[in-house]
Order: sequence, then structure tokens, then C-alpha cells
Amino acid sequence: MATVDYPLERPREKVREFSFSETLYKWVATVDHKRLGLMYIVSALLFLVIAGIMATVIRLQLAVPNNHLVSPETFNRLFTMHGTTMVFLVGMPFVAGFANYLVPLMIGARDMAFPRLNAFGFWIFLFGGFLLYYSYLGGGGLSGAGSAPDVGWFAYAPLTESAFSHGSASDYWALGILVSGFGSIASAINVIATAFSLRCPGMTLSRMPMFVWVMVVDSWIILLALPPLSAAQIMLELDRQLGAHFFDTQAGGSAVFWQHLFWIFGHPEVYILIFPAFAILSEVIPIFSRKPLFGRPAMVGAVVAIGFISMGVWAHHMFAVGMTSWGNTFFAASSMLVGIPTGIKIFNWTATMYGGKLRFDTPLLFCCAFLFQFLTAGLTGIMLAVAPFDWQLHDSYFVVAHFHFTLVLGLVFGLFAGIYYWYPKAIGRMYNEKLGKWHFWLFTIGVNVTFIPQHFLGFLGMPRRIYTYSPGRGWELFNLISTLGLLFQIPAILIFVWNMVHSAIKGQPAGDDPWDAWTLEWSTTSPPPEYNYEKLPVVRSSRPLWDLKHPQDPDWKFE
Amino acid sequence: MLIQLWALLQVQVPGVPERRIQDIFKPMATPAEAEKNVALLTFAITGAIFIAVAGLLIYTIVRFRRNPRDTSNQEPPQIYGSNQIEAAWTVIPILIVFVLIGVSARVIAAVENAGPPPATLKVTLIGHQWWWEVYYPDYNVRTANEIHVPASPDGKTATYLTLESVDVIHSFWVPELAGKTDLIPNRQNFAWIDPREPGVYIGNCAEYCGTQHAKMYLRVIAQTPEDFNRWAAAQQQPQQIRGNMQQAKAVFESLACVNCHAVRGTSAAGSFGPDLTHLRTRQTLASGALVNDEQDLRNWINDPQDAKPGCLMPSMKLTNDELTQVVSYLQALN
Amino acid sequence: MADNAVALNALALEREWTTPDRGTVGIIMLIITETALFSMFVAAYVIYTGKSLTGPYPKDVLEVPIIATICLLSSSFTVYMAEHSLVHNNVARFKVWLFITILLGAEFLTATGLEWRKLIYEDHLTIATNLFGTTFYSLVGLHASHVTVGLFFLLLTLFLTLRGFPIETQTRRIIFLSWYWHFVDAVWVVVFTVVYLIGR
Ligand code: HEA
Ligand code: HEA
Ligand code: HEC
Ligand code: CUA
Ligand SMILES: [Cu+2]
Repeated sequence: MATVDYPLERPREKVREFSFSETLYKWVATVDHKRLGLMYIVSALLFLVIAGIMATVIRLQLAVPNNHLVSPETFNRLFTMHGTTMVFLVGMPFVAGFANYLVPLMIGARDMAFPRLNAFGFWIFLFGGFLLYYSYLGGGGLSGAGSAPDVGWFAYAPLTESAFSHGSASDYWALGILVSGFGSIASAINVIATAFSLRCPGMTLSRMPMFVWVMVVDSWIILLALPPLSAAQIMLELDRQLGAHFFDTQAGGSAVFWQHLFWIFGHPEVYILIFPAFAILSEVIPIFSRKPLFGRPAMVGAVVAIGFISMGVWAHHMFAVGMTSWGNTFFAASSMLVGIPTGIKIFNWTATMYGGKLRFDTPLLFCCAFLFQFLTAGLTGIMLAVAPFDWQLHDSYFVVAHFHFTLVLGLVFGLFAGIYYWYPKAIGRMYNEKLGKWHFWLFTIGVNVTFIPQHFLGFLGMPRRIYTYSPGRGWELFNLISTLGLLFQIPAILIFVWNMVHSAIKGQPAGDDPWDAWTLEWSTTSPPPEYNYEKLPVVRSSRPLWDLKHPQDPDWKFE
Repeated sequence: MLIQLWALLQVQVPGVPERRIQDIFKPMATPAEAEKNVALLTFAITGAIFIAVAGLLIYTIVRFRRNPRDTSNQEPPQIYGSNQIEAAWTVIPILIVFVLIGVSARVIAAVENAGPPPATLKVTLIGHQWWWEVYYPDYNVRTANEIHVPASPDGKTATYLTLESVDVIHSFWVPELAGKTDLIPNRQNFAWIDPREPGVYIGNCAEYCGTQHAKMYLRVIAQTPEDFNRWAAAQQQPQQIRGNMQQAKAVFESLACVNCHAVRGTSAAGSFGPDLTHLRTRQTLASGALVNDEQDLRNWINDPQDAKPGCLMPSMKLTNDELTQVVSYLQALN
Repeated sequence: MADNAVALNALALEREWTTPDRGTVGIIMLIITETALFSMFVAAYVIYTGKSLTGPYPKDVLEVPIIATICLLSSSFTVYMAEHSLVHNNVARFKVWLFITILLGAEFLTATGLEWRKLIYEDHLTIATNLFGTTFYSLVGLHASHVTVGLFFLLLTLFLTLRGFPIETQTRRIIFLSWYWHFVDAVWVVVFTVVYLIGR
């Protein structure tokens, strides 16, 4: 049982110079949640740039019809690796990274519940990522040359069976993602145990910051949704290595079964990915509006509802496989139901801003753009959920547009908001606000120019995953515009990277609490010491620092 | 290559316009029409939601931005929530969602359960990496990549498609005629179309199926019933080779082509590749990758991997002479 | 140290503060996620029953492993007794019950091994033979691998205890181990029902 306080055994950190190898060792051998969190986030950013460069090549290839920039095989590997990397090696470590860094700080704990498990989770995730990328060298195809997987990010069977996917590229896909999945499960268990068991005195579940709530629900979804993927990947490997027949249609196996397994994972997965953005918005918007989060209980209820409903909508990715009309109707209905709790979230964020004093620093700018863009993305999602409409839109560029609106214009925007917001805490220095604004505007313009035209390509019948197209089908102009958007996106990302690196060295010292914020992490020093809190804080409301700063008008009076 | 594909643009069946630009909002058959109608309704509803919510957001952002002259550290009133408001924006979306669910359910049932009109032509469409096998069981006609169907201006006849696959998953999609239905190995799916007007409707394989997924085009050629019957009757004939082709025929039959291709009435009976019996009557080669003229045919047989890298027909390394003979033979298959 | 943190620490606590034990939460989460994994393999088995294109079929070759099942299920009881003895600080009894549990678990694994040997060499059923073989070996194998892991930890405990390690300091861990073992048993009930009762 956790006690009210326990004496700190560790000695105060001595100020002394570290050599390079010592620093390296400190990072590699660390079990500190903050270091692990930063390492997650930095590796996610690295993978984002790698997969972003792949996306650039994809867009260049598609800029004009009949382009010969890359061969069909290369193109197919590019989008497979782009999608796989973005989902599993960018999105997932962002979840783990933010949760790791912030959950213990926000609940007034000194570390995660299982620090060593935590380190294990990170390293096995990274190992999985390297395994996937090793395929470029070792994934001997028929000719012996290296070859990355080229089966698409959802790797539909039977295309992945040994009969159609020679060599070992698909094995790297299955094993790499399987292994990194174990890392995600480890970190999810850790987040839940931390949030349940290590809350500081006085922090009841109803006072837990919204961020932590969302992350706990997110971890729950991970625990329930990742095993189906692992199961599918194990079955696939049994097929490929031992000659089993799970997805072998020649032996009576079912191709649709893989799709069910994958999407039972895959749909909850997209909410796993978007939840960190929800979590970040729920912290950033109140601070920059100077108002508490509107309708806190409803916000908690909404994430829980999204979590539940998201388990029962998976076959909306399979409207074209020829389900019965009852199946189609059920999954169309359940998909639309998700719109209700999601709407509640959007409305509550708006209401939080309503009547506030909005301070448009970079974090809030990203949040506002998120709100517009995610609204659009959600509404295109509703269009897809209308099964008859989806028969037209499925596997077309409209779907590509929808999910980039959710993932890039949603998730990535939320992440940028979070990175700017907690940068001063994690680094101890302020980022450059002017560069932040440049980043914001360039990126917002760029992604909209890239992804809005793709909706129209879908209406004009352009399927996704095609390496080239012939002219005269009305697709040239939209494709060209879409590619041009990268002219804005790339400088935006470069500015962002420069801002992060440069400010870490030259930025103004930030102080403990640069945003005049209300949650616990702003009460300790920036960056926080290894043990976070010398003495465990005691809280009496969900905004402990507000209570301190406004002793006449504390929150706990209203609880 | 580029020139060839530009040439593809020019291919026209006399009398039938080619519809290359496939707009899902210009449906030309009943299923696509139903899908368009539900799409428009969805647009209206989601559009209204967008305007309302985005409007509210813009208002909030503009109205409540911090006044730059306001340097006081005065915090705004702290509002924690309101159950009435919360209830309102829960109930209204629930109502909207129920409307949407009702509408989709109706259209799903309408398209899926309502069978096609009674006078139907049956066609079995079989997916291959990366071409379509088209089989007319009632006529015992087998062709590839182009589905000839009678047009149905009054909506009284339709073509009923049975969808199968021999290898991986493909998907049937001709945007102006019908949304997608997958072709799945070890499973049968169904779809139906009733093109309003004669014309060539271009579609694509819509499920990623491997290297050449991109060049797995599909053509639905809708003709007047008379034209269609004439076509079907001609297709039923086995191949009769006039005298001066005997030598070319012999060359063809001596090559490995016969392991993969069939020409009815000859010894060629392979089934791995498209049936070539009436090759000359098709508009394109290799599921729309090339035009079906002498030049392209020659290039194709010389090196299929050039036009369609990765495709499953190997380069047969024919001598120049063999090539000429084979091409002239295939050119005669009409 | 930051001032706000000092001020926060000085606050009075309204009431006694307790939170759940982290190990307990962790092990429950582990069991939940494992359950999700098993359900998928069970689902695969159910979906593919009767779908094999060629023999041997379950009814021709499967025998109901009654003894092994009795062993495994009763090991749930013995492991509980072991845990119970430890909680009451009776290390001698603990060792005995632990030993019996290990024997029962080992008997189960041996029975599975023998069953597999018969299936492979006499009935020529391998994982590659047909869908029955595919789903049977993967489901039963997944379960057996969990039994093996559990058995390994039980053995490790026994070994340490015999070497004089003060096992009574690890009561919590032993309780977790016994939960895991119960879980593996519960899974067997499902596997048994699906494979040997329904699937036959
Ligand atoms: C972060 C990721 C994310 C998120 C949050 C979503 C959210 C949603 N998605 Fe999306 N989706 C993806 C990522 C995501 N999606 C990806 C990656 C794919 C493609 C995978 C692939 O094929 O490669 C995909 C594909 C996809 C499909 C399959 C398309 C196809 O392949 O044919 C469908 C179909 O139903 C769908 C629906 C939805 C719905 C209904 C929501 C809802 O959750 C949206 C809810 C939000 C709103 C509705 C807006 C706000 C609400 C209000 C303002 C209230 C009022 C609204 C109403 C009353 C309706 N998505
Ligand atoms: C988090 C998820 C995520 C993110 C952030 C992105 C980001 C981008 N995606 Fe991604 N995409 C997916 C997830 C994501 N995508 C998924 C899941 C698929 C499906 C895959 C499949 O079908 O299997 C997909 C598929 C996909 C396609 C369809 C491919 C096809 O079907 O054929 C396209 C095409 O335009 C595309 C484009 C882009 C672009 C232009 C960006 C840009 O926003 C990226 C911008 C970033 C950068 C450009 C990097 C930063 C740049 C620098 C640091 C400068 C140095 C760079 C250079 C000099 C070039 N993506
Ligand atoms: C290994 C099998 C194989 C062999 C041998 C083979 N082909 Fe093919 N052929 C195919 C396949 C598969 C396709 C379909 C390619 C595609 O569209 O992706 C095809 C397509 C064609 C087409 C286009 C048909 C159409 O309807 O579009 C022609 C013409 C053709 N082959 C002629 C030949 C000739 C002539 C030879 C011998 C010199 C030959 N093929 C040898 C497999 C083969
Ligand atoms: Cu066939 Cu894609
Ligand atoms: Cu989904």
C-alpha cells in the first residue's frame, strides 16, 4: 500500500561534467520515465522524418501521369513502409512517450510503477523497428537482394502467404511489428498500474488530470486490441514458416478471417493513435483559455464511450467484402455512434474556449487548427460509415484523404501542440515563439494543400496504392496540387527541428511554470529532477496549482 | 510508352463513347444511382453539421481572443460545465445519427437484397494477378478484361456478376456503374449492373493485389442488345484459321505460349493467362496496359515486362522471325 | 526545489490515503491482455471446425484427455493450498503443495506431448496437414506454452525454496504466480470444451 510520503533515499544529484560515454551510458541504461519518454518521442520524430521522406517520394512519383521515378516494386514498398512506420513506429511511440513523460509527473509520482519493464518496453519497441527496417538489407527476395515488405500496411492475406510473397520481406513485417507490439503492451500495463497505484495523496480518480484519464483509457484499448494483431501475425508466421493453413485459401482457409483479425485491432488502433491528441488538447486548451475544462465528467465519459464503441465497429473497413446486409447495417450504425462521444469532446473544447481569454501562442494555434481539421476528418469518416457511399469511396483516394486528415491534420497537430507546450518543462528553456508560428502556418497550409485535393481524386475514381496512372482521367491536376503541398510541409518540419535543437541550447530559461498552469508537473523544477518531487505533493482538487495561486477562490470549494 | 498510352486515349469503339472520366456523382446505372443519392443526403447532413460547428468555433476564436491591451492578470469567470448544455449536444447528435442510420439501412437493403431485374445476363468474373477472366456460362464464352453487356436504357435488363478469384483479393469497381465488391479466393460474391447508355465504362481493380495492381484496368462495354447478341454469337465460334495462316499457327503452337493460353479450335489450351481465341476483338491488351494494335502486340510479346513490369507473363525470348509469325497469327484471331 | 511543490506538500490531507497495489494491478492487466490473445485462437478454432478439406478429422483421431484435464484442474487447488500455506507462514507445507502442483503440471505437459506424438506419427496429422491440424496445434500449443512458462516459475520457486531462500518474503509474488496458474487452468477449460467437446 502506498503511504502518504516516503523518505527519499537517493542523494541529491551532484553537479558534475559527464564525458560522452558516460552520458551515453546514462541514457542507455536508464530506467527513468522522463528519459525513456524523451527517447520514445525522439525516436518517433526520427521515424516521422524517415517515413515523411518516403511520402515525399510517393508524391513525386504521382505528381504526373506515367511517371518513371520509381519502379512498381519500389513504390509498393514505399507506401507499405510509409504506412507501417507512421502507424507503428511514429504513432505508437508517441503514445508511450507522452504517457511515460507526463503521467508520473501529473499524478505526483516519482516514477512509473515498473521502471525496468518500462525500459524493456522501449528497447523492444526500438528493436522491432530496426527489425522491420533491416528487411531493406536482409529481406532476401528471390534474387537475394534486400527487399522491404510490399504488402500494404494491413497486409491482407493471402497476398502475404508464401505463395504470393516470396522471400522473407513479409516475415520481417510480421515479426518486427509483433515484437514492437509487445513493447506497447508492456508500456500500457505500466501506465495503468502507475495511474491506479502511484497517485499522490489526495489525488482521487475524479481529480486525476484529464490527460492521465485519456491515457489510461488508451492503455486499456491497447491491452484489448493489440493481442488480435499479435494473434494474426503469429498465425501468419505459422503459415509461412511451418506450412499451416490459417489464411491459405487453397486449403479451405479464409481470406476474410485475416481482415477480421486485423481490423479488430486496426480500428481501435486509430483511436489509440488519436487519444494522445485528445489528451493534449484537454490540457492545453484550458491553460491558454484561462478556464477549467468544460464538462470534465462528460469528457471522461466520452473517452470511455469511444473506447467501448471502438471495439465494435471494425468491419466498416470491410464493407466491400460482401457481408450480409445485416452485417453492413450493424457496422454502419456502430461507426456513426462513435460520432456522438467525439462530438461531445469537440463541443466541450469549444465551450472551454468560449468566454475565456485566448492566448494564441503556438500550442493553442495547433489546437485550434486541430479542431477544424478533425471536425472535417470526422465528418468524412461519417461519410465512409454510410455503407452504400463507402462502396464507392472504399480503397480510393477519398479514404487516403480521410485518414490523413485524422492522422496528420489531427494527431500530428495535437502532438505538435503538446511538444511546444511541454518543451519548456522537459528542456528547461523556451522555444522560439516566432519560429513556432512560422512552423504552424507553413504546416497548416501545406497539409491542407496536400490532402484536400485527394478527396476529389476519390470522387473521380482514383484507387489508392497505384504506382502510376494514365492521363485523361481527370486526375492530373489534383495529383499535382497534392504534391505541391509538400513545398510548404518540408520547410515547416525543418523549421520545427531547428527550433527544437537551437532553443535547447540558446533558448531563454523557462522557469518552473512559464504558462501559469494548474497541474502538478508545473510545480517542480524544469527540467524535473530525477526523482520528480522531493516530497510528494498533496492535492485537494483537479487544479492543485490554481488552488495555490487563488487561495480565496480554490477549486476544492466547488467539488 | 508515353505515346502508347496517349494512343490509348484515342481508342474508340465505333458508335460507343468512351467514358474515361469516371465521376461517382454522374451515375449511369441503378446501384451507382442509389449510392449517389445517399451520398448527397450524407453531404447535406454533414455539411450542415460542419457549418454549425465550424461557425461556432470561428465565433469563439474571434470573439474571445485576448485583448492585447489587457495586461491585467484578471482571470475570466471560471465555468466548470452545465448539464443542460451537455445534454443538448448529446441528444441532438443522437437524433441526427439515427436519421443517418435509418437511411443507410434502407439503401443497403435496397441495393443488396433487391435482386436485379428478371431479365439478366449472367457473367462470372474471375480475378487473376493482374487481369480479369470473364466467363459467360449461358454462352460458354470466355474472354478477358472487357465485359460486354447489353445496355439497359429502361432499367429492365441487368448483368448479374458472380465474383471469384484464383489467387489473391481483387475488387470490382466501375465508379459510374456500381461501387466496389471484392473478388475473394475461396468465396463467391455478387454484384449487378445495368448501364443506362451504350458506352465504354472504365474501372480499376480496387484492392491492392500485388506488383501490378495499378495496371489492372477493367472495361465494361455496354452495347445495344442487337450489338451484344452479334458479339456473343461471334465469340461462341471456335477459331478458324484461313489457309495462309497455317504456318504462323504452327509456330504459335510450337511455342510455350500454349501452356498458359487457350485458343479454342487449336491445341493451345492453357488457362493461366487470358483466353486468346478472339484476341483481335478486344480493345486493349494486358488489362488496359496497352492498345490492341500490331505495334503494341509486338512489343508486349517481345517483352511483357516492359509495359507491365512484374507481370506474370515472362519474356518469351522469341526470335525476330517467330515474333513476326506469332504477331501476325494473333492479329488474325478475330 | 520549486516553491509551489513545497507549498503543495504542506497541505493537509482530508483522509487516510491508500491506492491499490501496483503488482496486483499489473498482473490483472497481464491476464486481461492474455485473455484477448487466447480468444482469437479460440475463435480461429471455432471458425475452422469442420472446414478441413482432407482428413484426418477430429472425430477420427482425438481422444478426450480426461486424466490430464483432471491433473491440471486439481493443480489449481494445490497451488491455492501452497499459497495458503505460505500466507500462514508454513513453509514446509508450502513446499509439499508446490511440489504436488509441479507434478500435476508436468503430468499434463507429458500427456500433451504423448498425444502429439501419437497424432504426428500414427495419425499423420501435423500443423500442415489440414485446417484441423493448423488450428489444433496452434491453440493447444499456445496453451501448452503458457503451462510451460508457469511450470518454469513454479520450479524456480521450489528450487529457491529448497536452497533456503526466505520465500515467505515473496508472498505477494507467489500469490501472483498462483493467479497466473489459475488463469492457465481456466483457459484449459475453454480449450477443452472447444477442442474436445464441441469440435469433435
Ligand atoms: C486517428 C485516426 C482515425 C480516426 C479518429 C478516425 C475516425 C473515424 N473514422 Fe476512420 N480511418 C482511419 C483513421 C481514423 N479514423 C484510418 C487510418 C483509416 C484507413 C485505414 C486504411 O484503409 O488504410 C480509416 C478508415 C475509415 C473507414 C473505412 C474506409 C474504407 O476503407 O472504406 C471508415 C468507414 O466507416 C472510417 C470511419 C470513421 C469514423 C466514423 C470515425 C469517427 O470516429 C469520427 C467521429 C467524429 C466526428 C463525427 C466529428 C465530430 C462530431 C460532431 C461535430 C458531432 C456531430 C456529428 C454527428 C451527429 C455525425 N474510417
Ligand atoms: C501518422 C500517420 C501518417 C502521416 C503523418 C503521414 C504523412 C504523409 N503521408 Fe501518409 N499514409 C499513412 C499514414 C501517415 N501518412 C498510412 C497509414 C498510409 C497507408 C499505407 C498503405 O496504403 O499501406 C499512408 C499512405 C499515403 C499515401 C497513399 C499511397 C498510396 O495509396 O499509393 C500518400 C500519397 O500521397 C501519403 C502521403 C503522405 C504525405 C505527403 C505525408 C506528409 O504529411 C509527410 C510530411 C513529412 C515530411 C515530408 C518529413 C519531414 C521532412 C524533412 C525533415 C525534410 C527532409 C525531407 C526531404 C528533403 C524530402 N501517405
Ligand atoms: C507463364 C505463362 C505465360 C506464357 C508462357 C505466355 N503468357 Fe501470355 N500472358 C500470361 C499472363 C499471366 C497474361 C496476363 C498479363 C497481365 O495482364 O497482367 C498474358 C497476357 C498475354 C496477352 C494479352 C492478352 C489480353 O487479353 O490482354 C497476349 C496477347 C499474350 N499473353 C500472348 C502470349 C504469347 C504469344 C506467348 C508466347 C510467345 C505467351 N503469351 C506466353 C501468361 C503467359
Ligand atoms: Cu487486382 Cu488490385
Ligand atoms: Cu476504422
